[in-house]
Amino acid sequence: MNKRVVITGMGVISPIGSDISTFWNNLITGVSGVGPITQFDASDFATKIAAEVTDFDPLDYMDKKEARRMDRFVQFAVAAAKMALKDAELDIEKEDPDRVGVYIGSGIGGLRTWEEQHNIYLKRGPRRVSPFFIPMMIANMAAGQVSIQTGAKGPNSSAVSACATGTHSIGDAMKILQRGDADVMMAGGTESTITPMAVAGFNALQALSTRNDEPEKASRPFDKDRDGFVMGEGAGVLILETLDHALARGADIIAEVAGYGMSGDAYHLTSPAPEGEGASRAMLRAIKDAGLQPEDIDYINAHGTSTELNDKFETLAIKNAFGDHARKLAISSSKSMFGHLLGAAGGVEAIATALALKEQILPPTINYETPDPECDLDYVPNEARKAPVRAALSNSLGFGGHNATIALKTYDD
Amino acid sequence: MADTLERVQRIIVDHLGVDPSEVTPEASIKDDLGADSLAVMDLIMELEDEFQMEISDEQAEKINTVGDVVNYIESRS
Repeated sequence: MNKRVVITGMGVISPIGSDISTFWNNLITGVSGVGPITQFDASDFATKIAAEVTDFDPLDYMDKKEARRMDRFVQFAVAAAKMALKDAELDIEKEDPDRVGVYIGSGIGGLRTWEEQHNIYLKRGPRRVSPFFIPMMIANMAAGQVSIQTGAKGPNSSAVSACATGTHSIGDAMKILQRGDADVMMAGGTESTITPMAVAGFNALQALSTRNDEPEKASRPFDKDRDGFVMGEGAGVLILETLDHALARGADIIAEVAGYGMSGDAYHLTSPAPEGEGASRAMLRAIKDAGLQPEDIDYINAHGTSTELNDKFETLAIKNAFGDHARKLAISSSKSMFGHLLGAAGGVEAIATALALKEQILPPTINYETPDPECDLDYVPNEARKAPVRAALSNSLGFGGHNATIALKTYDD
Repeated sequence: MADTLERVQRIIVDHLGVDPSEVTPEASIKDDLGADSLAVMDLIMELEDEFQMEISDEQAEKINTVGDVVNYIESRS
């Protein structure tokens, strides 16, 4: 039998709070983290809004010299990992560091650094490009720096699968623990791309909301009047441990990571496969991997981006995977509040899902005003709901047709 | 001299995150101030900008202490 894997600590940097209690309180009271873009002058852009992290000071987590050598997406990951270790009361110096690993990805990487250095290159030539350009920009550096900053010497890698990155990272980390290659993994995703090229690029795809006059209402997953996603930034890192290791050190267990499923659409660069069949397969695989039946799932933290296609096809995917049970389970999109964190989405949403299991409260989908006949399930509209939640899924679906789902459940010994 | 030393000290403090009192003319940039090879290259680029000069790779390799930097800049200006 596979080793059981549990969550014993969590760290979050998000547009609705950069500690777990602020994040959760805002999540269940329906607070939006969306506002006008302040990180660059967006006046010429079709989209002038985003969900920015406004309460983050890297010097709370590292010294100035280290902070200077990290892109913001790496700073977020290091901060979230340190926060998660503290939450788990795990001191790596007291562990065998070779048995503590890191699996933290980013969907895009250091685009901000890339844009700054490319500008320097264009203006001043190749000799002025910083020696820190490559090590700051590469997407794996979040995992690299987390190990450097914490001393974790076990398995170390990162997924890069667009908006599925965070969930792939957690699922792959779970499998590393199940097969016995480590006792503890710091796992999750990080992203910070509220930059001119990212906003211009997603605008060119017509993927972003342009509801510039009502930023708080722009992210409206499953609502008929949705018009695209709102870009967010942040990081979510979870401490995953084998159950044996967690029990041996008397750790508080938040929830169990019971299953992991993934699939590829083999269909299109950006559009979901017809009927959302790829997402269906990922969900069913996660349920099977967890040793559960579809009827056991009480809640799905949806990918729910607020784009026309995602929300329609994810709804179809849930109907196809669950049959009649699709109308009995509850679904919500936390992106309605903190936007789409791209490669960090799966990390932060796994935290939201784990907290829903721990607190037995479902976070809502805010801005749900006008029902869409194509999205006709229970999306926990506008108000959080107390409800028994025994098992839940968290979905992440990425450009390229990457589908990843993790199944979490309440911990029972 | 004092002016050059102050400007060099300010850049080193900013880049290496060290206490200003540590940045004495005798301090070794690598051994005492903790700069790795990337930090040294970054520092050289910043000094080239600050003092509007080019420092060759060969010359950069000869620089050990804060005083070496100041002397080199003084000799070139």
